[in-house]
Amino acid sequence: MQKIIERAKELLSKGEVARVLGWKKGDLAYNPEPAFFNCTDELTSFTYNGFCGANLSKYMIEASKLDGKTLVFLKPCDTYSFNQLIKEHRVDREKAYIIGVSCSGNYSVEKINKAGIKGIESIEIDGENLKVQTIYGQKTMAAKDALMERCTVCKGKEHKIFDELIEINTAYQNEDVTSRFDMVEKLEAMTSEERFIFWQNELSKCIRCNACRNACPACSCRKCVFDSNNFDSAQKANVDSFEEKMFHIIRAFHVAGRCTDCGECSRVCPQGIPLHLLNRKFIKDINEFYGEFQAGEDAQSKGPLTSFTLEDVEPSIVGERK
Amino acid sequence: MQIDNKEFKPNIVAFCCNWCSYAGADLAGTSRLSYPADVKIIKVPCSCRVNPMFILRAFEKGADGVILCGCHPGDCHYSTGNYYTRRRMTLLFSMLNYLGIENGRTRVEWVSAAEGVKFSTVMNEFVEKIHSLGENVRLGDLRCKR
Repeated sequence: MQKIIERAKELLSKGEVARVLGWKKGDLAYNPEPAFFNCTDELTSFTYNGFCGANLSKYMIEASKLDGKTLVFLKPCDTYSFNQLIKEHRVDREKAYIIGVSCSGNYSVEKINKAGIKGIESIEIDGENLKVQTIYGQKTMAAKDALMERCTVCKGKEHKIFDELIEINTAYQNEDVTSRFDMVEKLEAMTSEERFIFWQNELSKCIRCNACRNACPACSCRKCVFDSNNFDSAQKANVDSFEEKMFHIIRAFHVAGRCTDCGECSRVCPQGIPLHLLNRKFIKDINEFYGEFQAGEDAQSKGPLTSFTLEDVEPSIVGERK
Repeated sequence: MQIDNKEFKPNIVAFCCNWCSYAGADLAGTSRLSYPADVKIIKVPCSCRVNPMFILRAFEKGADGVILCGCHPGDCHYSTGNYYTRRRMTLLFSMLNYLGIENGRTRVEWVSAAEGVKFSTVMNEFVEKIHSLGENVRLGDLRCKR
């Protein structure tokens, strides 16, 4: 982390960048937050650890409108989102100085709490374990068990776009990567009735806080359809079961073919709804119907919903399958 | 409380493209072919004008089935519109199925201006399918059914 701060200070004092976009320490040990740093003094509160889950690509939309370059730190999976935003002309590549930082996975405090560890004061990564200092004394848990869902299906540690890379000695690397479509396949194997009940249970938890929309780097329209007063489920708590479904179908559909599967939607959901399962269903379908496609792999290729072939499958295939 | 034992009359929304399917519906009419009056046609400039939200909105407002008709692939008045529709609707229908909505409630059919017979058979088939599926409860907005 010292290496990152020193490099940021260097670039900032040389005047090569006008500001730094990174993470600063939060109120608690496990909630660092995205922040802009405008001078070297501010960088003292800079932090980078396993809890810096926020994908900073989306903040670059606003930063692209400011004068001067912005130094931004991107984790490998964040670079996919950045590429996608370049493709959609939402960010200005010239206004960004990207430093790729290595990542050993993000930890979820919900998972740590679920393991019975409460009253966290500080967390330290020690080899394959997390050493957690709590008000009840020191506790340890396997780092693997605290990984966020998105990190257990990690796309890889390669940065897709960067100006320079900073390697950080990461104590622990998760090697045990499972297929990201496991849960989608499990749901597909259920009967229609079971699936309906599953989603009814999950989506009825929704409080329409719009966190999923606001955090998603693909959701970047300046005027959102959900902000329209003509829309029934605009900006309010749901009155009945259909609204949350409609909201979530539309939200997922609007990012279909553009979603890089960064997992921000599920990370920020205060109700713990597995929203990535909706996005992954679209990714899986696109892969099956129109060939393998990874959004954000590069900044040029055409998205699957903005292109077509003459031999595409007919929509009736949905009923014919299984 | 009133006991309602009326026969189930489905509400069916048919989005028809201006150039092929709407003319196909016209031909079905002028040819004196019958199709159920439960089908309400909404004319759209092209099948690709149909935003997935339109379909969800129709269900929200109490539709039991939504069918989308357009020109045959390759025959689109705007050359390529229906190819985009095809991809969009495949994904949307797959998502609805994934959320546990019955498969038959949505359908896409390509009907040309010369296919009046096809239009009437498709609509008859679709209405029959919706009759067998019954009322749409899984994708409905209960407030509209008061």
